[in-house]
Amino acid sequence: MHVEMVLFFVLAAMAIAGAVNLIVQRHPIHSALSLIVVMVALAGEYLLLGSEFIAAIQIIVYAGAIMVLFVFVIMLLNAGVEERTHASRMAQYVGLPAAALLLVELVWSIRRGAAALPVEVSGAVSTRQLATLLFRDFVFPFELTSVLILVAIIGAIVLAKRET
Amino acid sequence: MTALAAAHPLLVVSLVKIIVLLLLLMTALAYLTWFERKVVAHIQSRWGPYRVGPHGLLQPVADGLKFLFKEDVVPAAADKFVFVLAPFLTFSLAVSTIALIPFGPSDITIFGQRTPLQVANVSIGLLFLFALTSIGVYGVALAGWASNSKYSLLGALRSSAQMVSYELSLTLSVVGVLLMAGTLNFREIIEAQRGFAWGVLPKWNLFAAPLPQVLGFVCFFTAAIAETNRLPFDLPEAEGELGAGFHTEYSSFKFAMFFIGEYASMVTVSCLAAILFFGGWLSPFPVTHNWSWTQYIPAAGFMIAGIAVIVYGVRYSTIVGRFVLPVLGLVVAGLGALLTLPGAIEVAQGPFWFLFKVVVFLFIYVWVRGTLPRFRYDQLMTLGWKVLFPLAIVNVVLTSLAVAARP
Repeated sequence: MHVEMVLFFVLAAMAIAGAVNLIVQRHPIHSALSLIVVMVALAGEYLLLGSEFIAAIQIIVYAGAIMVLFVFVIMLLNAGVEERTHASRMAQYVGLPAAALLLVELVWSIRRGAAALPVEVSGAVSTRQLATLLFRDFVFPFELTSVLILVAIIGAIVLAKRET
Repeated sequence: MTALAAAHPLLVVSLVKIIVLLLLLMTALAYLTWFERKVVAHIQSRWGPYRVGPHGLLQPVADGLKFLFKEDVVPAAADKFVFVLAPFLTFSLAVSTIALIPFGPSDITIFGQRTPLQVANVSIGLLFLFALTSIGVYGVALAGWASNSKYSLLGALRSSAQMVSYELSLTLSVVGVLLMAGTLNFREIIEAQRGFAWGVLPKWNLFAAPLPQVLGFVCFFTAAIAETNRLPFDLPEAEGELGAGFHTEYSSFKFAMFFIGEYASMVTVSCLAAILFFGGWLSPFPVTHNWSWTQYIPAAGFMIAGIAVIVYGVRYSTIVGRFVLPVLGLVVAGLGALLTLPGAIEVAQGPFWFLFKVVVFLFIYVWVRGTLPRFRYDQLMTLGWKVLFPLAIVNVVLTSLAVAARP
């Protein structure tokens, strides 16, 4: 088997194991750690696709910034082990069938279209190409997104100020 | 071995480079602790380590052995898995960043394969380095949390808040350099700084047109000291208030891993400062005919230092010293003599100037530690958010304008 193929399966197994562990673990910190494993595994997959920039950003933003805040807040609140309750009615009657349906749909669509999936790895995507896309071709949506984020930040501050 | 190298050249050569670099790095880090204790001691009119070996030269060996043989205590109330994971995270992340650092311009030959003086030449080296350091926060945060002790937890909270705050200024402060170089690759950033203004002033980013990155460098180095949790920003382990902060409950080799991790990140930051602002491996002297004698500076420096150690060593007060010091001097002087050979002299220039700059920055690190008092926590946050962060943004704006206006 090709080295890249082996790496892909190792990383995919890491991501899935992390995601399952995230749900199974009972302590918030352990769950957060599992999520970090998922993020890092995904970054590895991006690397395999030849997209170094996205991989680095994935780690810096998700694993390095967002998850640090998660861990920080969990530590600050000193959240303890969560208690197991019986599954709620909602989860039992709607959640489980929905999950099963989603799984069936996924398996069916992959089986049907696996050969037709566009394998478009056109060599490594350079940072320069990405920058041209973001700041020239799609500059308007890009700037609009940043305004959206700014609005969200201001909204969060306003809400926090009202509390005290 | 050569056959294997021919079959998998990249794998074997990379492995050899990693092992050699790791051995050199571990030795260097061990002696960095000696260097720091000595320099701080002399700043405070003390002698520092003096008993183990001449001038305490064998102190790092003694310390290493002590770490190995001490009892490894895991607190009963600790979260065992995370408690063990945290030092490994800190250590491995801090050490692996060194793999991205290029030590010299010329290639070397290992098992018949030509290869650069760098373990991993990543096209986005700088971003990758920041990615690795940004995960480094977890080592500290998790160590404090897993110890299940209030001092550790408070230290870890302080540290994560501090590292997250200063990471912004640290990343923003290098944007100016990136704008000027137009690349994220370390080798290209260094080569962009080649050349001299008016024949003598090196075009290092600190002085170069279009905008000297003095502001960027000040922000970078201040933020970097905070990011590595060193004095005057070492609030995570402020021993007067928090025991020892996040690593209070750690002993034996797990503590040593935090210790080595901290020193490794110091080395990384010094390397970064040299690469981004001081021209990396580029010599501070022009390579024109009038200046060709500067090629012999590395050799002369080593030879003079070696001979001085020999002359001093033969009259040393202990018998061991009278043996160890002259041998050390001979090795150093021999290295200097080796560097005068025609082939070696060109290869040695790059690594010599690079390591020279790194040592200067390490000295500044220790110097700052020895002379400045610790900040208060609110002062630290004020400095980070209200001074450094705006300054870094101003630097980005000014540099962008200067680069855009460049003819």
